Amino acid sequence: MTDLSSQKFPQFGDLRQALAQYTVGIAFLALVLLNLLITPNFASMNTISVNLTQVCTIVIVAVGMTFVIASGGIDLSVGSTMAIAGALAPLIFTGAFLGITDPFFGVVVAIVLPLVVGGCLGLFNGFLITHYNIQPIVATLVLFVTGRGIAQVLTNGSLQVFNRPDFQFIALARLWGIPVQVFIMLAVVFLGAFLLRKTLFGRYLLASGGNAAAAKMVGINVRWVRLVAYAICGVLSALAGLIVVARNGASDANLVGLGIELDAIAAAAIGGTLLTGGRATILGTFLGACVIQLVRYTLLANGVPDSAALVFKAVIIILAVRIQRKHVN
Amino acid sequence: MSMIEMTGICKAYGGVPALSDVRLSLEPGRAMALIGQNGAGKSTLIRILTGATGRDSGQVVMDGQDVDFASPYEALESGISTIYQEINLIPQRTVAENIFLGREPTRLGMIAYKTMNARAAQALAEFGVDIDVSRPLGDFNAATRQMVAIARAVQLESKVVIFDESSSSLDRREVEFLFSAMRKLKAKGVAIIFVSHKLDKLYAVCDDVTIMRDGRTVGEHVLSELSKKQLVEIMLGKTFDAFTRSARTEAPRETAARLRAKDMQTNSGLASVNLHVAAGEILGLAGLLGSGRTETAHALFGADKLTHGSIEIQQKPVAFDRPADAIVAGIGLCSEDRKVDGIVPDMSVAENLTLALLPSLTHWGIVDTKRRDEIADVFIEKLNIKVASRTQKISQLSGGNQQKVLLARWLAMNLSILIVDEPTRGIDVGAKAEILSVIKDLAAEGLGVLLISSEMEEVVAVADRVTVLWDGQTIADLSGPQITEDNILSTIASGDAILDHAEGAA
Repeated sequence: MTDLSSQKFPQFGDLRQALAQYTVGIAFLALVLLNLLITPNFASMNTISVNLTQVCTIVIVAVGMTFVIASGGIDLSVGSTMAIAGALAPLIFTGAFLGITDPFFGVVVAIVLPLVVGGCLGLFNGFLITHYNIQPIVATLVLFVTGRGIAQVLTNGSLQVFNRPDFQFIALARLWGIPVQVFIMLAVVFLGAFLLRKTLFGRYLLASGGNAAAAKMVGINVRWVRLVAYAICGVLSALAGLIVVARNGASDANLVGLGIELDAIAAAAIGGTLLTGGRATILGTFLGACVIQLVRYTLLANGVPDSAALVFKAVIIILAVRIQRKHVN
Repeated sequence: MSMIEMTGICKAYGGVPALSDVRLSLEPGRAMALIGQNGAGKSTLIRILTGATGRDSGQVVMDGQDVDFASPYEALESGISTIYQEINLIPQRTVAENIFLGREPTRLGMIAYKTMNARAAQALAEFGVDIDVSRPLGDFNAATRQMVAIARAVQLESKVVIFDESSSSLDRREVEFLFSAMRKLKAKGVAIIFVSHKLDKLYAVCDDVTIMRDGRTVGEHVLSELSKKQLVEIMLGKTFDAFTRSARTEAPRETAARLRAKDMQTNSGLASVNLHVAAGEILGLAGLLGSGRTETAHALFGADKLTHGSIEIQQKPVAFDRPADAIVAGIGLCSEDRKVDGIVPDMSVAENLTLALLPSLTHWGIVDTKRRDEIADVFIEKLNIKVASRTQKISQLSGGNQQKVLLARWLAMNLSILIVDEPTRGIDVGAKAEILSVIKDLAAEGLGVLLISSEMEEVVAVADRVTVLWDGQTIADLSGPQITEDNILSTIASGDAILDHAEGAA
């Protein structure tokens, strides 16, 4: 009697859930089909390469963002962290900072140190949130504002141009014709998905984001879990920052990672991650970022200006959130 | 003439009928109890009456006129107010603003705060509530907030007031207060629908009863003509043996206490709690709401810090900084409110069930999902948890089955002490008996159980000993034949006297 409702409805729920789950995949395939029909030269190695290269940094940052969102938070400071990492790297391998002269050692430090700094910035965010109970949106706003300032101070506000193939390989080198950054992105997606799905940390993260009080009651150290989520986000943001400056052969503290927090949040939302925490999918985030990228590309390739593309992005976000809502109810 | 006459109401969700040919008739100046198990269709019926859900067919007549409310707002405008357990008012606004929300008295287009406050105070005074109406609603306790909701209903000149499980979070005195307010509403000619799981309460205030089962109306009676047993029988559709205390053949075993708390004090309100639980024993913790039952559970579980006193496990003193420490020491806590700090709604049954156990199902940080699923299956079968599959989201289960998953979460841990706080709250009668029998079985297997329940009959039915709390202090320890509902109540009543005496002396 009682179980009539609890046993029969779920099947409808499952169907809808499945639909919601695959919405982003369906949208992605639809966009690919659409482009095959209307965009000239879409099915070329060059187009794929361009799109993959452009989506790389969004995906990497969005994976970190997904962890943070899954924990019930948000991180607005990802772009600033990218800028700091991007400003640090050239300073290190040119010897201006730390005075390292050995080129190999310089490049190694120029990659490792910014990642560590990114992780520390993430820990700083997490610390504000877990120990001072500041709302994530406010806490990360601190670094959002000051971080870019720090990056500008580091570089004296000037554009740093460099030509260092030994550093730039992380973006420019190619393996079987595919840029290395694409492999880095895929590795991040794979590791992220594994971490979230298969590990204790991933399950604890979702439990903490889904119901922090319940998580505490089963002995989960919710503070620690959140702290780690922000640290991961910081490291991945720094990685994205390194890739951007390596790709451009220049570091511009004013522009690196500008506005990427919104793309990253949108990618997660479109992909099916619940913005209130507790449900997240890395694969969804990856596809979400691809959808955003493809929409932008489709419009550009067909002569629609970038400004108009932003409006389309908004429409997609609304649709994505609407589908999620339906699913929740 | 009837105030409300609902006939032939049908409603289906996605082809599954939720209501079929339901009727309900409401008289002015009378209170009607609406009862039924979870899923019987009470909430759907209320939602249809208040315009929150549309009906597929059937007729609703109010004051002789056909009505079909498109929204709860329309129903409210026509005089139907609903008072929920979690009150739908705005905690940040003042009491007066809440009472007059949407119909503030104005002067020259500005809110006339003086008039509003005076009228709000007057409206509350009618129900014997004397509070500062210019303070935010959130400053007041649940009982007062409900009184504010009632005052609002009166201010809206409601003809029908629906109380949806609104008494479950109140203690005995507060419930009395609520009931006297309901009686005043009746005297004004208001018709009342009272939805509650607690049968005792219905008899105290209701005149009629409508019983629902499987989406149908199965009984409409004058309440005083129906015994509690008959009521339950109609509701369950089967002969029901109310849980009666099994004859106690053996005296409680004289084993050493496995868990002992001495003079526990906390900032959460414990003044001096003493208790002990032995292996295989069920200790009932009785007391009014606010007497420190849940706070005791939290203190024992390391969720609240002790400011004084001690906890011993097997004669060894322990100190818990956080729940994780208590869990390591072998204590589990099934908390009071499943939704607040029990279930993780977006996770599956299997994941919820193994959440506490997870670290031991992990190799090098990676969860062994196969073993997790095996364990989940074992407990789903052992506790007879009704699920479509173990991957089903826990939020889709009925309350009773969610509770079983949470019990299983701790059982899987092989603990030595389990604290269960209000294990049957908001669960239908059939599942209640099942949960209680699970708890009894566990104690029989050697688990030490601390049972907290507001339902005296539950405590009496299953506890081997009962510790009575009053105002954060242990005031009595009853065992064996001393455990009767009467005895517990009179102990609590004398606690009141002690406090009065102390106040008189001060």
